[in-house]
Amino acid sequence: MKNKFLLPFITSIFVIVFIIFYKGLQDTNIYTPETKINNEIPSFSAKLFPSNEIISSKEIFELNKFYLLNIWSSWCVPCRQEHSFLVELKKNTNIEIIGVNYKDTRVNATNFLNEFGNPFKIIIFDQDGTKAIVWGAYGVPESFLIYNQKIIRKYLGPLDNELIEEIKLIIK
Amino acid sequence: MLYSVIGYYSLILGLCCGLILIYISIRNFQNSKLYTNILSFTFLQFFFVIISFLCLILSFVLSDFSNETVFNNSHTTKPLFYKISGSWGNHEGSLLLWLLVLTSFILAFLLKSKNQPIKYRILTLVFQQIIIIGFFVFLIKTSNPFNLLYPTPDEGLGLNPILQDPALAIHPPILYLGYVGSSIIFSSALSATTLNLINKSWAIHIKKWILISWIFLTLGILLGSIWAYYELGWGGFWFWDPVENVSLMPWLVLTTLLHCILILEKKIILTSWIIILSIATFTLSMCGTFLVRSGILNSVHTFANDPERGLFILIFLFSLIFLSLFIFFFFHKTNKNTHTSFFWLSKETSIIINNWFMMYFLSVVLIGTVYPIFLDVLSSQKISVGPPFYHKLIIPFLIPFLLVMAIGPKLKWIKSKIVDKIYLIILLAISNLLSFLIVKKFDTNFLLNTILISSALYLFFITLKDFFIKKYKNISQNIAHFGFSLLILSILFNNLFSTEIITNLKIGETYKSETIKIVFKSIDQRKEKNYQSIIGNFSIQNSQGKIVNMFPELRIYNQPNIITSEADIKTTLISDKFIVINLVKNQEYFNIRYQTKPFMIWIWFSVALISFGGLISFIKKEYEK
Repeated sequence: MKNKFLLPFITSIFVIVFIIFYKGLQDTNIYTPETKINNEIPSFSAKLFPSNEIISSKEIFELNKFYLLNIWSSWCVPCRQEHSFLVELKKNTNIEIIGVNYKDTRVNATNFLNEFGNPFKIIIFDQDGTKAIVWGAYGVPESFLIYNQKIIRKYLGPLDNELIEEIKLIIK
Repeated sequence: MLYSVIGYYSLILGLCCGLILIYISIRNFQNSKLYTNILSFTFLQFFFVIISFLCLILSFVLSDFSNETVFNNSHTTKPLFYKISGSWGNHEGSLLLWLLVLTSFILAFLLKSKNQPIKYRILTLVFQQIIIIGFFVFLIKTSNPFNLLYPTPDEGLGLNPILQDPALAIHPPILYLGYVGSSIIFSSALSATTLNLINKSWAIHIKKWILISWIFLTLGILLGSIWAYYELGWGGFWFWDPVENVSLMPWLVLTTLLHCILILEKKIILTSWIIILSIATFTLSMCGTFLVRSGILNSVHTFANDPERGLFILIFLFSLIFLSLFIFFFFHKTNKNTHTSFFWLSKETSIIINNWFMMYFLSVVLIGTVYPIFLDVLSSQKISVGPPFYHKLIIPFLIPFLLVMAIGPKLKWIKSKIVDKIYLIILLAISNLLSFLIVKKFDTNFLLNTILISSALYLFFITLKDFFIKKYKNISQNIAHFGFSLLILSILFNNLFSTEIITNLKIGETYKSETIKIVFKSIDQRKEKNYQSIIGNFSIQNSQGKIVNMFPELRIYNQPNIITSEADIKTTLISDKFIVINLVKNQEYFNIRYQTKPFMIWIWFSVALISFGGLISFIKKEYEK
């Protein structure tokens, strides 16, 4: 009828949509982050908290130095528990702690830090959770031990006394 | 055990009825005498599905764990109410419910359409049976609710506690009435296209069905949103979650269709557009089912992820799309000899303008929902689309949308002049002034807010004024539009003036700020049939010294072992007080979240008002006959 190209055109669009959905089904639909041990740290650029300055990952992590990257959020209950250990670990001069504030609001994050203290040298503000995905994170809290711009350990869930001792041993 | 067997065989018999129906309809398409036969088979099919559905409910009530679905979703300690509602709170049961609604709608359609051409009715039945058979096969093959387990387990796994909520128990049936109701619109539009029957009398006849689906869909969305507010414990009512989006999309199309049908009742124009909308409504409902059930999206309410199911719905969905494309392109003829032009200033124009906006909102929601999937497949990038995306793209366009909605109904069909100019302008000025004062007073200096509030107020005043005009013809439309303006206003004020306090308190401690004092007085423990609860006792004092006691609750469910927090909500006409507690592990602190949310109840009320408008229109239609 109206236009003889219209039907093939619409049909092919739907065929493409079909193929894409079909492909999407083939992929595992539960998102599984890769375990990135002994890998280079991912490169990205991110907003800092609270200054809003944009910084690239290579500027944060220097060579020959230990870093602990900790993903946290004010709404995350285990993070509260973990926080005191981070504050304690901050006293150790061999390591610097970098925070990734995950899917949070500025006000809540500020309140959290005011209440529990701020162990972080810098904080990456990850409002939509995409930076944490780049790191292959499963959720909050999660921590990565980094040396020479490489991830050497990955800790799922809150850090406790035992793990902190382990970290202290590694960075000696 | 017995009920599972009966239920299963009823399903197979129901499928057979579907096949027989298609066979006799096609065979005797020219012979119009066979009508009673068709009706009795449709009734029989409906009967079998109802038997099957009752069997499933009975299995749940009797806690018959030899049935796999019951085992996976029930537990002996559950209250009876949730045993029953649990039967459609899972994938298999909900599909059976879906099938029940499908068959009951076609039965109602056959009974209610006696003065329509017989061929049209039979053809509608055929299209509907194609859908029904598709779902029968899907149910029996990939998600049989009557799978038997041997040996029979002693105890079930339990229903997810966040689904144990009254609003959620009736949310799926109501929503499905809306979703599945659109299947009748789909079948009927296809059959009317094939027989070239798209005309005024078809419009009048199908409008009732559109209204039914629309009313139920609106109520279903409302209930889901109420559930999210009370149960999820974050104090929000709409999260732009993919599953919420897939219920919103058919609603947008259905609303558009409802308005276009009004034009078709008057003039035979826009026929192609109406057919496309009718097809799109059901296709989007199906597409929603696909997205939710296949596990291609991850969201709060995704059921089990099974690629086989996803594949089946996907193929089925696209067969329906191609079938309707084929029918649309080869059978639909635009009527050349009718007059298709109309004056720019008329009701039609305003409806069409708002159609564009609706389509724009639809595409925003559609893109936000499926684009992440496309991107993942094409470039394996993960993105997350959240509220900011929707807010930025939708909110500015609400302004002209609201204005056209206010002025449109004032215009006449075909051609009109603006009468009563003065009061239109006066009301606009008043609403501008008011919104300016509101925004100024609460110091949210935002140009967009001022304009948005004033356009919503404008619609509010115009519709409000019409209630006082005697003999105003279109009361239903006015109620619905009034409800919509109230909805936008409440959402706006709710967003602008909500406050939140998050703090950690021990028992006996007090949180104090300039405006509020929260005292954590004590804690109670209570044991219920299927959970234990910890109830906090808080007294909250505002700056005027008024004290309110609130009791938020933590529930520790026994089966499955999950902790949920039940917010305590004090609702008043002006605002809601909302308090939630959470455990902080290994510490005596509780995490307290206290919110005041203005105009919450008005959000629910206005949505109910919108669907009430639809209901009035429906009753009026029935009454006219």
